[in-house]
Amino acid sequence: MEAEEMELFGIWSSPYVLRVIWALNIKKIKYKYIEEDLNNKSNLLLHYNPVYKKVPVLVYKGKPICESMIIVEFIEETWKNDSIFPKDPYEKAKARFLAKFVEDKLSPPMWRFFTTKGKDQEEAYESFTDYLAILERELEGKEFFGGENIGFVDILLGCMSYVVPIYEEITDFEIITKEKFPLLHAWMQAFLSSDIVRDNLPPRDELLYRYRKIREAFLSKDN
Amino acid sequence: MESHKGVTLLDFWVSPFGQRARIAMAEKGIEFEYKEENLAQKSELLLKMNPVHKKIPVLVHDGKPVCESLIIVQYIEEAWPEKTPLLPSDPYQRAQARFWADFVDKKVYDCGTRLWKTKGEEKEAAKKEFIEILQVLESELGDKKYFGGETFGYVDVAFVPFTAWFHSYESEAGFSVEESVPKISAWAKRCGERESVKKHLYEKEKVYEFVCMLKKRLGIE
Repeated sequence: MEAEEMELFGIWSSPYVLRVIWALNIKKIKYKYIEEDLNNKSNLLLHYNPVYKKVPVLVYKGKPICESMIIVEFIEETWKNDSIFPKDPYEKAKARFLAKFVEDKLSPPMWRFFTTKGKDQEEAYESFTDYLAILERELEGKEFFGGENIGFVDILLGCMSYVVPIYEEITDFEIITKEKFPLLHAWMQAFLSSDIVRDNLPPRDELLYRYRKIREAFLSKDN
Repeated sequence: MESHKGVTLLDFWVSPFGQRARIAMAEKGIEFEYKEENLAQKSELLLKMNPVHKKIPVLVHDGKPVCESLIIVQYIEEAWPEKTPLLPSDPYQRAQARFWADFVDKKVYDCGTRLWKTKGEEKEAAKKEFIEILQVLESELGDKKYFGGETFGYVDVAFVPFTAWFHSYESEAGFSVEESVPKISAWAKRCGERESVKKHLYEKEKVYEFVCMLKKRLGIE
């Protein structure tokens, strides 16, 4: 397949875009990447995603697919090599459930933790560490959530592997350590060093700068 | 539960999320045991089967739980592949169906709830937003018989339970679904003629009675 058949509209810092990139890498699919400016969205992006006007958008043979989880499922169903999902319907349902759990339950308090201070931050920290414990249990006996290979849940949770150390550095909190969450800690290292992910991460310095600015902006709003 | 074989649905009568699972199984001719939960006093079974969220619906198939309504519907689709499919076979069409079911999931329930939970300016804003959501859905439906095209499909299953709440939303917020989105209104009536929908949705008055009871309990005028 020519790279032109597959286009990905994204922004360098978006974890949602990265999910799609990692999925494309698992399937060894070539693609053309188009960097969007969210303050000046291209006509193409607005045409391809009129409902949400967001990235990522995958365009395959001229037809757009939106929403990162849905894009990953589309990639899985269109290319049969290197499965991202389990084959068994029950195991697949479990993977979808865990992915949704990461999106709906884990992410909001993590964001709240990062954008607040004092009591609000402490409460958010308690909340999401309870949820991390659930994920820790799911990893028992496995290197990745997908088993021996990176799968759907790994892709969905994947951005934590590079965002958590940044949060830790900026807030001075310990979040995922070898002592607290040994399996998640090992998972982070394995994920970051895998072929699929290693060369497809946002530049750390730029992310650090960006996240610092975000936290400053939120904390100054409260004053 | 005596047997670990077969299909049981832990549910709550008026839940549109539970109804998605009921309707999907009815469409596919899958027999299941319905178990009504008392949400004020959740059963041990529910807490055991859904320890993370402690919510209904939960589908228990041969003793194994599946949670989250759209995940349940997709599971039903995949575990009984020999039955009439709700999703198209083409991956691109499937992605579109998932997109629209996800849109319904993200938008309809939360905004709909604000129609009866809020007052004054907040309610007006919610009404405006809700009509816009319906208009986006109407645009997607177009002149098709169902969201699935000629056949009742995944998006229809995702959205149809909320049609039983239209009357409540209209009464609370002061608008008409038929006037705002006539194609959606016609689609709702067409769906209402299906056996699966007739069997598993409650009459609009009963749903409204429930909403009024909730309002009272929550101290909302």
